[in-house]
Amino acid sequence: MTTDTTYILLQQYWWFIISLLGALLVFLLFVQGGQTLIYSLGKTEDKRKILVNALGRKWEFTFTTLVTFGGAFFASFPLFYSTSFGGAYWVWMAILFCFVLQAVSYEFRTKPNNVLGKKTFEIFLFLNGLLGTILLGTAVGTFFNGAEFTVNKMNITDPSNPVISQWQTNFYGLEAVLNFHNVALGLTVFFLARVLANLYFINSIDDEVIVPKARKSLLINTIPFLVFFLFFVIKLLIKDGFAVNEGTGEIFLEKFKYLHNLIEMPLILMLFLFGVVGVLMGLALTLIKNSTKGIWYSGAGTILTVLALFLIAGLNNTAYYPSNFDLQSSLTIFNSSSSKFTLTVMSVVSLMIPFVVAYIWYTWKSINNTKLTAKELDEDDSLHVY
Amino acid sequence: MIEHIDLSLINWSRAQFALTAMYHWLFVPLTLGLAFIVAIMETIYVRTGDVEWKKITKFWMILFGINFAIGVSTGIILEFEFGTNWSNYSWFVGDIFGAPLAIEGIMAFFMESTFIAVMFFGWNKVSKKFHLLSSWLTAFGANLSALWILVANGWMQYPVGMQFNPDTARNEMMNFWDVIFSPIGINKFLHTITSAYVLSAIFVVGISAWFLIRKRHILFSKRSIIVASVFGLVSSLYLVWSGDGSAYQVAQKQPMKLAAMEGLYNGQKSAGIIVFGVLNPEKEYTNDEEPHLFKMEIPKLLSFLGYRNADAFVPGIKDIIEGGYEYLDENGKKQSAISTDEKIERGKIALASLAKYKEAKDAGNDSLKIAHRKTLEENFQYFGYGFLNDPKSIVPNIPLVFYSFHIMVALAFWFILIFVLALYFVYKDQIVTKKWFLRLAFLTIPLAYIAQQCGWIVAEVGRQPWVIQDIMPTVAAVSQIDTRAVQITFFLFLIVFTGLLIAEISIMSKQIKTGPKDS
Ligand code: HDD
Ligand code: HEM
Ligand code: HEM
Repeated sequence: MTTDTTYILLQQYWWFIISLLGALLVFLLFVQGGQTLIYSLGKTEDKRKILVNALGRKWEFTFTTLVTFGGAFFASFPLFYSTSFGGAYWVWMAILFCFVLQAVSYEFRTKPNNVLGKKTFEIFLFLNGLLGTILLGTAVGTFFNGAEFTVNKMNITDPSNPVISQWQTNFYGLEAVLNFHNVALGLTVFFLARVLANLYFINSIDDEVIVPKARKSLLINTIPFLVFFLFFVIKLLIKDGFAVNEGTGEIFLEKFKYLHNLIEMPLILMLFLFGVVGVLMGLALTLIKNSTKGIWYSGAGTILTVLALFLIAGLNNTAYYPSNFDLQSSLTIFNSSSSKFTLTVMSVVSLMIPFVVAYIWYTWKSINNTKLTAKELDEDDSLHVY
Repeated sequence: MIEHIDLSLINWSRAQFALTAMYHWLFVPLTLGLAFIVAIMETIYVRTGDVEWKKITKFWMILFGINFAIGVSTGIILEFEFGTNWSNYSWFVGDIFGAPLAIEGIMAFFMESTFIAVMFFGWNKVSKKFHLLSSWLTAFGANLSALWILVANGWMQYPVGMQFNPDTARNEMMNFWDVIFSPIGINKFLHTITSAYVLSAIFVVGISAWFLIRKRHILFSKRSIIVASVFGLVSSLYLVWSGDGSAYQVAQKQPMKLAAMEGLYNGQKSAGIIVFGVLNPEKEYTNDEEPHLFKMEIPKLLSFLGYRNADAFVPGIKDIIEGGYEYLDENGKKQSAISTDEKIERGKIALASLAKYKEAKDAGNDSLKIAHRKTLEENFQYFGYGFLNDPKSIVPNIPLVFYSFHIMVALAFWFILIFVLALYFVYKDQIVTKKWFLRLAFLTIPLAYIAQQCGWIVAEVGRQPWVIQDIMPTVAAVSQIDTRAVQITFFLFLIVFTGLLIAEISIMSKQIKTGPKDS
C-alpha cells in the first residue's frame, strides 16, 4: 500500500464520487420503478399515456447517470471494471440488455408503423423496471458478500493465458443470486424504485384517477420495501466484513466490520440516519398528511442512505469488492485505483459536476413549472409526446 | 474457468464488438450532423420569424429524435463491453483510456440529454432564444461526445503520453495533453465529425428530393436542400482534406495499415496511388504473384500523400515483416527497420523481464530488480509482439481494408458532385424538373451509410491484430469467459439490434411520408 497521503486522499475522494453517482442512480431508478406500475396505475389508454409521458421526460437522466457511473468507475477504479464486468458477464449483460430495450421504447412506443407494436415496447419498459432494479441491487450486494474471482497481475507475462482477472465459476456472476442477502438488496431496490415512482407521480401529475391510485400503491409497496431493507441492513451490521490491514494490505475477515465502519466514521453514520429518516418522512407526509412533496424527502433520504452504504463498503480499510475464492485477490480502493496522475486529472474534471448539476436544475425548472395533465398532452400540439 | 485463451473466443469477441460498434455507427453520424442542420434552420426561423422555417425545423427535429433514441440504446453496450469483453485491456490501459470515457459522460452526455429535453418539451415554455440556444447546445454536446470517444480511439491507434509501470503491470498516464492533442486523435475527430455532417446533408437532400419527386412541400424541400447542400459541400471539401490528413497519420504511425489500404506488398520509392483496382486472390506476401489483377494508378501520389515527398519510399507488407528498409523516426533520424521476427523476440524478452522483475522484487533483490526493469524498458516498445508467434499474424485482412478504403474515397467525390449539382439546379431554379437528379440524390442516402461503415472498417480492421498499436494484441486483451457466452450475446445483439433497426426505418419512413405538419 502506498504511504503517499495525497494519493490516498484522491482514492478516497474518487470512492466518494463513485458512491455519490451510485446514490443518484438509485434515486433516479424511480423511472424504472414507474415503468413497472404503468399497468397497475393506468387502467385506460389515456391514463397510461400520462404515466408514460411523466416518466418519459426523465428517463434520459437515469440512463446518462448509469453511463457516467460506468465511465467514472472505469476511469477511477479500472481493476473493478475489468474484474467485475469481465467476470460477472451474465449479470451485467442482462442489466445492459434491459437498458438497451428501454432507450428506444419511449420514443418508439406510440409512433405509427413501429413494427413491434405498442404492447411490446411497454413490455420492454416493464422488463427494464423489473430486471434493471433487481439485478443492479443484487450486483451491488456482492460488494458486501463477495464474488468468485482471482486477480493476478503477473498473468500478463504468460502469452498462453494473459488474463489478469479470472472468474472462478461457470455461472459468470449468476451465482450471486444464491446468496439471499444479495437478492434482498435487489428486492429492496426494486420496491424502493416503485415507492419513489409513486411519490413522483403524486408530485408531478394532476389527475383525479391516477393520484389516489398512486397513494394506495405507495402503501402497498412501502411494506415489502421496509421488510427487505430492514433485513438487508440488520444482516449487514451483524455480519463479518472484509477488512484490510493498513500496513501490509492483507485482507482478513473482521466481525461486525460494517457496524464498526459506521461507528468509526460518525459522519457517515449521520448521513445514514438522516437518510433513513428522510425516506420515512417522505412516506409519512404523503401517506398521513396527504402531502405531494414526499418525493423530495424520500428522494434526498435515498441518496444519503445509499451514499452511506457505498461509503462503508469502501472506506475505513474495507475491501469493496471481496473475493470469496481468494481473499487476497479482493479489491480495495488502494489496489484497484488509477494512478495518482490520472486521479488528479479526473479530480480537476470533477469540479465541473456542480456546474452540470446547476444547468440541469435551471433548465428543468424552466420547462417543468406546471404539473402534467391530460389536457396538456392532448392540446399542445407543438409538444413532443411519447 | 478456461485454461487457455482460444482463438474462437477472440474471434467471437471481435465479432461482437464489431457488430455493436457498427450498429452504433449507423445512428451516430446522423445525430451529429442533423443536430447542427436543425440548429441552423431554427436560427433562420428565429431571425426571420417565418413560420415556414419553424415547420422545417420541427420536421427534421422529429427525425432527429427517433434516430437519437436508438443511438443512445446502441451506445451503452459499447462502453461496458470494454469491461465485459476486453477486461484485460481495461486494466492494462484503463488508467489512460478510462478518463476520456468518464469525461464524455460528465461533459457531453449530460449536456446533450438536458438540452434535448428543452428542444422537445420546451417549445411553448421557454423563450425563443433559450430554445434556440438549447438546440445549439444539443449539437455541441453530441459533437463533444464524439471528441472524447475519438480521442480514446486515436490513442489506441498511436499510444502517447504514458509509461508502463511494472509494479502495477499496466500503462499509466504521464501527460494528459499529449493524450488529447495527439495528432491522430485530432485528425480522427475532424475527419469523423465532418463525415457525419456529409451523411446528414446527404440525408436531408435525399429526403427533400423525394418530396420534390412527389411534388409535395415544394418550398419546404427547396429550402431544406439549400441549407443542407451548402453545409454538405463545405463539409465534404473539408472531409477530403482531413481524410488526407488521416492517411498521412496512418502512413507515419501505422505503415501496415497503409500497405493494406493500397494492397502494397513490395515497398516502392515514388509509389503511386491506386484509383481503382482488383486484388489478386492468389497473392500472399511469400509468393511472387502480382498483387493486383487490374489497377489504375496515379504515379507518385502515395509517396507524396504519405510522406509529403513524391520520391519517398513506402514500405509494403513484405518489407514491414522482413525489415531492412530505412525510415525516419519521430526525431527525424534515419533508422533501419527491424524484422517482425526480431520484434517478436524482443517482445518475449520484455514479457520475461517483467516476470523476472516481479520475482526479484518479491525476493527483495534490488540490483536484479533494476537490471530486469532496464531490460523491460529497452524492449517495451515491442511488448505486444511478445504475445505473437507468427510474423504473418501482423497482417490484417487485406481485401476488406483495400476495398473499403477505395469505396470510401470514391464516394467522397460522388457526394461532392451531388452537392454541387443540387446547388446549381437550385440556383438555376430547375431542381423541381430534374427528376433524374432527384432520384439519384434519393438513392445516394444509403451510399453515405456505406461510406461511413467502410471508413471504420479501414480504421479498425486495418489495425489488426492490435488493440493498442504494438503494445497489446487482441489475444492479450480479451476477457476470459466461455466462448458460448459470447456467442449467445452476439446473437442476442444481432436479433435485438436488427429488430430495432427495422422498427426505426419503418417509423422514419412513416414520418417522412406523413411529411411536415403545419403548426
Ligand atoms: C461519409 C463518410 C466518409 C467519406 C466520404 C470519407 N471518409 Fe475517411 N473515414 C470516415 C468516413 C468517410 C470515418 C467513418 O469517419 C472514419 C472511420 C474512422 C475514422 O477516423 O473516420 C474514416 C477513416 C479514414 C481513414 C482511416 C483513419 C484511421 O485509420 O485512423 C483514412 C485514411 C481516411 N478515412 C481517408 C479518407 C479519404 C482520403 C477520403 C476521401 C478522399 C475519405 N476518407 C472519405
Ligand atoms: C462507432 C464506430 C466504430 C466502428 C464502426 C468500429 C468498427 C470496428 C470493427 C469492424 C472491429 C473489428 C475489427 C476486427 O476484429 O477485425 C472493431 C474492433 C474494435 N474496436 Fe472499433 N469501431 C468503432 C469505434 C471504436 C471506438 C471509438 C473504439 C474505442 C474507443 C473502438 C474500439 C474497438 C475495440 C476495443 C475493438 C475490439 C478489438 C479488435 O478487434 O481490435 N472502436 N471495431
Ligand atoms: C466504441 C466506442 C463507443 C462507446 C463506448 C460509446 C458509448 C456511447 C454511450 C454509452 C452512449 C449513450 C449515451 C447517453 O446516455 O446519452 C452513446 C451515444 C452516443 N455516441 Fe457513442 N460510443 C462509442 C462510439 C462513438 C463514436 C465513434 C462517436 C462519434 C464519433 C459516438 C458518438 C455518440 C453520440 C453523438 C451519442 C448520442 C446518441 C446518438 O448520437 O445517437 N460514439 N455512445
